[in-house]
Formats: sequence, C-alpha cells, structure tokens
Amino acid sequence: MRRFVEAVWLVTRKDLLVEARTKEIFLTTLFFALSCVLVFAFGFVREGRAVGDAAAGILWIAIAFSGTLALGRAFERERQGETLRALLIAPIDRPALYLGKLLGILILLAAVEVVVVPLVALMFQAALFDHALLMLGLLATGTIGFAAVGTLFAAMLVRARSRDVMLPVLLYPITVPVIIAGVRGTAALLQAEVDVPMARAWLSMLVAFDVVFITIALWTFEPVMTE
Amino acid sequence: MGVDFSTLRFADVSRNYGRRRALNRVSLTAGAGSITALLGPNGAGKSTLLSIAATLLRPTSGEVLYGDVSLRDGGAALRARIGMLGHDLYLYPELTAAENLRFFARVYALPDVERRVDGALAQAGLSDRGDDLVGNFSRGMRQRLALERALIHEPRLVLLDEPFTGLDEASRTALRARLEAVRRAGGIVILTTHDTAAIAGLPDASVSLVEGRLAA
Repeated sequence: MRRFVEAVWLVTRKDLLVEARTKEIFLTTLFFALSCVLVFAFGFVREGRAVGDAAAGILWIAIAFSGTLALGRAFERERQGETLRALLIAPIDRPALYLGKLLGILILLAAVEVVVVPLVALMFQAALFDHALLMLGLLATGTIGFAAVGTLFAAMLVRARSRDVMLPVLLYPITVPVIIAGVRGTAALLQAEVDVPMARAWLSMLVAFDVVFITIALWTFEPVMTE
Repeated sequence: MGVDFSTLRFADVSRNYGRRRALNRVSLTAGAGSITALLGPNGAGKSTLLSIAATLLRPTSGEVLYGDVSLRDGGAALRARIGMLGHDLYLYPELTAAENLRFFARVYALPDVERRVDGALAQAGLSDRGDDLVGNFSRGMRQRLALERALIHEPRLVLLDEPFTGLDEASRTALRARLEAVRRAGGIVILTTHDTAAIAGLPDASVSLVEGRLAA
C-alpha cells in the first residue's frame, strides 16, 4: 500500500514539476475558462442582473470545457516523448499511474477554479460564498467525477489520431450526470430561497457518481492500457 | 522485487491489429549474455515484437516466457527486470537530465538513488550537464541519457528500438561499447534496426522479420 501511494505521488509530483516549469496547461486552461465566463457574461447579464440560473450553468460549463482542454494536454505531454510507455513498463501498479495523473489534473483544475469561481460570483452577482462549505463540496466532487472519467478516456485516446475530437465526444455524454448534478446543486444555493437540502441531495449524488466512476476507471485502466 | 530469468522465449507468437496480422507464429529464444538483432524493413513487425516482450502488448496467440514465468503472470515483478529504449527516447524534455533519471529511479523503487543518478550521468558522459533541461540536448546526448535511463535499474532484459538512428559515429561507437558491457554483465539484449552496417560484428544472433514472419 505504501508503495502504491508513493507511486501515485511520484507521478503527480512529476506532472506538477513539469507544469510549474512550463505553466502551459495552467495558463491555457485558465485563459479558456476566463474567456468562457466573460463571453457568457455579455450574453446572460442584463442591467447588472444575471438571467435565471445562468451563473450555475456557466460556472460548470467553464469547468467542463477548460477541464477537457487540460485533460488533452496532460496526456499529449506523455505521448510526445512516448513517456507513457516508459511508465507502463515500470513496475508500478497501473491504477497508481491513473490516480497519479488524476491527482495532477485535479490540482490544476482546483487552481483554475480558485480564479474562475470568484469571477463568476463577481460577474453574475452570484452568492457562491454564502454556503461556502457546500459549494466547495459540489465543486470538489463535480470536478473529481469529471476528471475521473476524463483521465481514463484521455489515456485511452492517447494514440488515437483524432483524439482531440474524440475526447469531448466521448467525455460529455458520460459526464452529463455530473454536470447536471453540479449545475442543479449550485443553482439550489443561488436561488432566491436557498434550498440547502436540495443542494445536499445533489452533493450526495455527486459522491455516488465519483465512487462509481473511480471504481470503474481503476478496474479498466490496466486492461485498456495493456492493449 | 523482480523475478529473475536467463532466457526469453517467444513460442508461436502471433499478433493481429484488427484484420491485419503484424506477427505470424514467431518463435525465437534469446539467452543471458547475448545480443540479438531483429532486422527487417519498416512494418515487418519488429516493434510489435519488442512491445510484446516489454509487456506493452499481449500476443493474440502463442506464449512469451521469461525463464519459467509467462508474460500473462509476470506483472510488476517482471516489468522490474525489463528496460526499454524506444525510438522516442522516453524522456521528459521539461525536466533536467538528473530529474529524469531520479524520477525513473524512484518509480523503480531503487535504493541509493543519488549514487545511481550520478553513475548514470557519468556513464552517459553528462556529469557536467545533469542540471540542464533535456529539451536543450542534442539527439546524441538525449540518446545516451535515454539508454542510461533504460538501464538505471540494471534490467535483465534490454529492448532497444532502432537505437542507432540519427547518431553520429562517436555516439554509435559509445552505444556499441555500452551494449557490449550489458552483454558482459549477463543481460539479454534485443535490438531492432534496418541499418545492418551500424551493428556489424555486434550481435550474437540476427534474425530477419518479413511481413510478420521470421525469414529463413
């Protein structure tokens, strides 16, 4: 178990070190997420007030779109030098490799969300921090669910010629429940009469999605990567 | 941690990609302290055979045995005894030479990581470039570093895919010397090439693959 955790951390730390040096994924993902929010703000904010549940939807669209960008680039790096093959030959459990990549992507997306969430709150006058713990729970579980599926698909597609097109095509239909749960849970916290029980129900659903998605990904990663 | 073995045996190994047969009933044995060259044109199945030996691909049919251990049963313990150098070198250009070696040494859970890193840098002739980014290295320097990366855990089986491609004469001579050292240490070396001049006098055995079959 200790060796497993060490392997996870080695892969994550390597990804973070590479990213700290290049800042390539962080900056492109952040720029893309900010562009999303700003473009939607022009369309959905009238006289300083956001239309309906726009803030919740736009926050999760920004996370999903920028997350897809990050997932693609994270594995593109492993493909360029074929370093993924070196990791697959190494004597580490392949689920550890999956979790290491997933953790690296999650830390990156968390950093992007630190900027994007306050921007959405500001642009849409959304009370995203009134129930901060619940909002944090929704963001964390939603991002984990999205990235868990995305990491598996990005790894599967690393050798596919049309991977940039295929990743969103495969990823969005599978992660629709996560995005819906994130949007509805966030909307429940932003409406005029805050519905905390409803937000908690969506949070529970996200936790269930995370457990299912991560379990399936851990189970399938080894056979998928061997072939 | 690793399993040890003194032979690598392919028994009637075939591999299909969809309807295309990349390898067709290949049988081959390589022993400890030997260098085997896989020759043949592009698309002959050389890289597929190496990928199977590296546990990256499963054969469609047939058996691969590392001593008494089957490819199907080997797992991480078997992979710990395999080193591979691909045409793409398997290095992170954003990391320094020392960071690349340190990362892989830790992935292999090796003891004395810093000593091994220093030794590998010295062996690659890069002791004074350890803190430089690999992305700034020449092809020859990256190739030498990549070879030491593949050998840092002292593997029993060393798999090299077109290792002489793009090297100048000095780098080729250095690579030959390093492979001879691996052979003397009891390693099983299998390399692919379509440049027979580069390996003249080096391999103990050469086999040709043509359209997935071993040529007579």
